[in-house]
Amino acid sequence: MRDGQVVKGVRFRDHRVVGDIMTLAQRYRDEGADELVFYDITASPQGRSVDRSWVRRVARVLDIPFCVAGGIRSVADAEAVLNAGAEKISVNSPALADPGLIDALSRRFGAQCVVVGIDSQLTAEGYRAYQFTGDPARTRESGRDVLEWVREAQARGAGEIVLNCMGSDGVRRGYDIEQLHTVRAACHVPLVASGGAGAIEHFTAAFRDAGVDAALAASVFHDGVIAIPQLKRALRAAGIEVRP
Amino acid sequence: MTGTVIIDSGGANLASLQFAFERLGAAARVSADAREIAAAERVVLPGVGSAVDAMRRLRGADLAQLIPTLTQPVLGICLGMQLLFESSAEGATDCLAILPGAVHRLEASARRPVPHMGWNRLASLTNDPLLAGVGPEAYFYFVHSYAAAPGPFTLAPVEYGGPLSAVVRRKNFWGVQFHPERSAASGARVLENFLGL
Repeated sequence: MRDGQVVKGVRFRDHRVVGDIMTLAQRYRDEGADELVFYDITASPQGRSVDRSWVRRVARVLDIPFCVAGGIRSVADAEAVLNAGAEKISVNSPALADPGLIDALSRRFGAQCVVVGIDSQLTAEGYRAYQFTGDPARTRESGRDVLEWVREAQARGAGEIVLNCMGSDGVRRGYDIEQLHTVRAACHVPLVASGGAGAIEHFTAAFRDAGVDAALAASVFHDGVIAIPQLKRALRAAGIEVRP
Repeated sequence: MTGTVIIDSGGANLASLQFAFERLGAAARVSADAREIAAAERVVLPGVGSAVDAMRRLRGADLAQLIPTLTQPVLGICLGMQLLFESSAEGATDCLAILPGAVHRLEASARRPVPHMGWNRLASLTNDPLLAGVGPEAYFYFVHSYAAAPGPFTLAPVEYGGPLSAVVRRKNFWGVQFHPERSAASGARVLENFLGL
């Protein structure tokens, strides 16, 4: 989401408009998506919160869970989004700046509402968490090791971890299975793979080889490269249980 | 008797439940007023947050005494279902004691993360008007870290490292551990059935 429209970039840069939020939300609902995640990528970098008018509109038509991410910096921010009808909120940059936010959100709403998104990239020091990834000019390494951050986020009350592997984002060469597998071993809450899906076998590999609980993708669905019903049939044929 | 009332137990996210009823053409009001709840045709006890907080709020609004005396159809959803039991390990609190038994914490294991979050099927189904038209192929959206073991009032269990109560009923009190408002067509069917009770 940027300025009320759905956009998608490549490796978190060069975003282009892919469609209208309500049109896409209803299309994915009808195609059998199990959950939708809305990232407001302009939110954190510009120092403001999500524009919430669309959350209610989306909540009215969606009968599947959805998560809202972007600029949630306080319990009050989260409450407004949840009250508008979202199922979960996801925190990323603000949680890196103030990890106590995870504790506060989890105490107030329960761990099941609190997703911690981690934008991870391989550096000379290993996998590091990045901040402000919505704006290439402001993106910076947070100084945190991803595995340590995964453990800390869970200890503070995260109910789900979404691992965005930045190096593979938007390039459709597959999820970073090795990194996901490493994080899986440290993660006892649901783990969602994100970044890199380009073909059906990439999803199969994420479930089978990395043991993730869910796989998130954007480009391949926005561009019609993979249809959700076709993907689900293939996953079932591969012995992975999914809702039809 | 006036329509469906959703009990305002202080948690967030009552809008998604209201919207779900709206999609079925039914209006549901949110209320913490004992008289309004007692006069409702149907009552929904939702719940997001922790059992101990929800019980504190129900007691504070004089609803903890009222709810067990209701005679119209009552549907507890997620935490709202757990509150129907005698007690919960979540904050070690006494609950409404409409159903026997205690709610325990789920234990995470290597292939079974906690919270139990995602779409799952019901393991077996007992004939009941709430589950009319719901088959073993139906998936529902679950998200919870606490659960009740199956007991004499379990209509359908769900398997998650062992059987857990997914749908319960005692007299006019029903409870579902999943979120029907976020369970696509199968959830809508359950809510529609509830509106027909």
